[in-house]
Amino acid sequence: MIRLERRPEPSRAWTFATPFVAVALTMVAGGLMFAMLGKDPVEAIRTIFWDPLFGDFASYSRPQLLVKAGPLILIAIGLSMGFRAGIWNIGAEGQYILGAICAAAMGLAIYPAETWLVFPAMILAGALGGILWAMIPALLKVRFGTNEVLVSLMLVYVAEALLASMALGLLRNPEGMGFPGSRNLAQYPSAANLDLIPGTGLHWGVALALIAVIVGQVVMTRHQLGFRVRLAGQSPRAAVFGGVNPGWLIVVCMGISGGLAGLAGMFEVAGPAGRLSIDFNVGYGFTAIIVAFLGRLNPIGILLAGLLMALTYIGGELAQLQMNLPLAAIQMFQGMLLFFLLAIDMLTNFSVRFGRRVVA
Amino acid sequence: MTTPLLELSGLTKAYPGVVANSEVSFDIARGEVHALLGENGAGKSTLVKTIYGLVQPDAGRMRLDGKPFAPAEPRAARASGVAMVFQHFSLFDAMNVAENVALGMEEPPALNRLAQQIREVSNAYGLPLDPDRIVGDLSAGERQRVEIVRCLLQEPRLLIMDEPTSVLTPQEVEILFETLRKLREEGVSILYISHKLEEIRTICDSATILRHGKVVGKCDPKTTAARDMAEQMVGATLATPSRSLGNTGEVVLQLTGLSAPAPRAFGTALRDIDLELRAGEVLGIGGVAGNGQDELAMALSGEMPVAPRMIRMKGREIGGLGVTARRHMGLLCAPEERMGHAAAPDMSLTENALLTAGPREDLVRHGFLRWGRARDYAERVIERFDVRTPGPGTAARALSGGNLQKFVIGREIMQRPEVLVVNQPTWGVDAAAAATIRQALLDLAEAGAALIVISQDLDELMEISDRFAALNGGALSAPRPAEGLGIHEIGMMLGGAHDMAPAHGEG
Repeated sequence: MIRLERRPEPSRAWTFATPFVAVALTMVAGGLMFAMLGKDPVEAIRTIFWDPLFGDFASYSRPQLLVKAGPLILIAIGLSMGFRAGIWNIGAEGQYILGAICAAAMGLAIYPAETWLVFPAMILAGALGGILWAMIPALLKVRFGTNEVLVSLMLVYVAEALLASMALGLLRNPEGMGFPGSRNLAQYPSAANLDLIPGTGLHWGVALALIAVIVGQVVMTRHQLGFRVRLAGQSPRAAVFGGVNPGWLIVVCMGISGGLAGLAGMFEVAGPAGRLSIDFNVGYGFTAIIVAFLGRLNPIGILLAGLLMALTYIGGELAQLQMNLPLAAIQMFQGMLLFFLLAIDMLTNFSVRFGRRVVA
Repeated sequence: MTTPLLELSGLTKAYPGVVANSEVSFDIARGEVHALLGENGAGKSTLVKTIYGLVQPDAGRMRLDGKPFAPAEPRAARASGVAMVFQHFSLFDAMNVAENVALGMEEPPALNRLAQQIREVSNAYGLPLDPDRIVGDLSAGERQRVEIVRCLLQEPRLLIMDEPTSVLTPQEVEILFETLRKLREEGVSILYISHKLEEIRTICDSATILRHGKVVGKCDPKTTAARDMAEQMVGATLATPSRSLGNTGEVVLQLTGLSAPAPRAFGTALRDIDLELRAGEVLGIGGVAGNGQDELAMALSGEMPVAPRMIRMKGREIGGLGVTARRHMGLLCAPEERMGHAAAPDMSLTENALLTAGPREDLVRHGFLRWGRARDYAERVIERFDVRTPGPGTAARALSGGNLQKFVIGREIMQRPEVLVVNQPTWGVDAAAAATIRQALLDLAEAGAALIVISQDLDELMEISDRFAALNGGALSAPRPAEGLGIHEIGMMLGGAHDMAPAHGEG
């Protein structure tokens, strides 16, 4: 018989070991799945985890790693704050879209004037767009007690509809021969979010993601806000007793996560994506949820998890191209990662006992 | 010579780092009320859980009716005729009495038949209970009846009761004792766990005293002085809290028509409470659980803001201020529920020090936490209140209830409050620690602080209060000087037996 016994204190060893064990188990289970699909599991795992970094096309895929990890980390840092406080913003994808729309609109409004003010103005607009979109579920929750999971998630679809309307209407490129999509901001020097060091993929958004990791770490460990966030997540009643205003915390956490998601959208639309198109969003806002948990809601962990997740994305694309693996198998592989993580996470607070209970 | 109902021999149970029970042996005779005495952490709970099948001993044997008895789970214990009434009720507020009883049974009969049985059994034992009432509307005493009746329906031969009187008024205690006597006459044995030695002297036929997991004494409680039993439990002589009586100063806290709706379903609304509290005085507030104690404490702490004019501190209207602002002014509070309210279970003691001591102990500067100072403060609380723990880095949930209580009360006392509101300050705390806490409260009052002590332990309130008032249905009685107040008067202030007039002696 297998039993779970609650530990008197969370195990520190398991807190650190969990992500590694989860990755290892994902490789085993994923390998089995690839084998059942008739592919060589070792080659598949190598294609996903090794080739993007050191394979034949690594010079192309390595910069992509940062380009993909940047928004994931930026969004996940914001989400992790709320998640720690028990505030479940599932709609980062929508806030990301709104950030991109507002930033693009700001940039296009100034176009074609060349001034250094364009870029900061777009950053501001992007952050504000994300924050405002996040305030809808936040204020509805504070005022009417609605469920932020549902409201924020539903708003993703509203945001997508808004994006389509913008790409086809208001923000469509007037010189684009009637094709949907905005002007290419990457070709508008004052608005372009280019690599800080050419060819590395390290653009302003990636730099900000790294700063967010550091600031996030300091806030969570040394600042009262981080303490209140953790307190509210662990014991809401004790938090109120400790002087935390739950409504205030909801607004702050949703605002931070919405703002960072909006910023991620801004850097994407001004850089790697370049223009606002109907299919602008590729699910960073949702994947960031996995990244946040994979990183144990810890900023440093999120940095590593974001890189790992980006790796499976790029490696997954490679595996689709080179080994003809279906997209569903890659998505399943990524899903396994989260599944094993949450399953193994149990061991932080519980220890497993084997065998029958001893009867005297 | 009949064999005892239950024989325990050499029961031993060790947990990592602590031996909870060591070679525990004693017998429980048929038809006796047997007291199990001991401080917190003496091993009473482990022993009782062993008998009830929740814990498997490492060594030792039990015999029930002379036959080997080793229940692997509570179901097996219940099948053998062992029933238990827990200190914390496991009832669902939103369901009615019969449904709750059915949930605790292996094979419950149809609800209408069960309701009939509940009526019969509860009347037969003088614990009238309406099976159709919603549990959320019941008083604590009535809830306990539900638990007891649930046990009685199984026709137990051994009934284990863990601190059964902690939620009852004196009148309700009398009713319960009548029931226990009736059960005893029918040959049912009762294992009775309590801290209240006078009760044990009233109802129990024999007593076993545990200390540090070992049996350190057996006695006949009817002929042994309460003080002797207490000293055997503690293993030392006890100091009685003392204070030099009352120079009370000016009014520091004033409640005027304090009213508030119930903050949650099955909560209690506060009704028009007027009160003046002077510096240096201890006001004891008694009442049966669920009569507005939590709500009053929350209104005072600032967790439940009310109209500004309803609460005045030193003339300033503070009813609308939040928790932190009130702490800055010196109004501190220690809630009843330790885990999850007064303390965050998964956080360390250092973090739990930050929970309330930030404003007054200067643990936060410019929004940044001063971990060094917080750790220092936690260490000082641990030191002064003798909190048994490896250190301030330990998670609160790893502490025993009594030790955590010492920490959360100490944390407030050491912030030098001007007004301190404590709810159940010594609940579940052993005799020695309770004496320490009470003495610290009295010292605080002597130093000029005003105290409101909310408690269900009337002995405690009589020991430390200058004035006594009772909460009943969210209303506060007019405070009366505690000295010379008789137990019957107090009972009447508490609302008597809550219209639960017993069947004893009448039917």
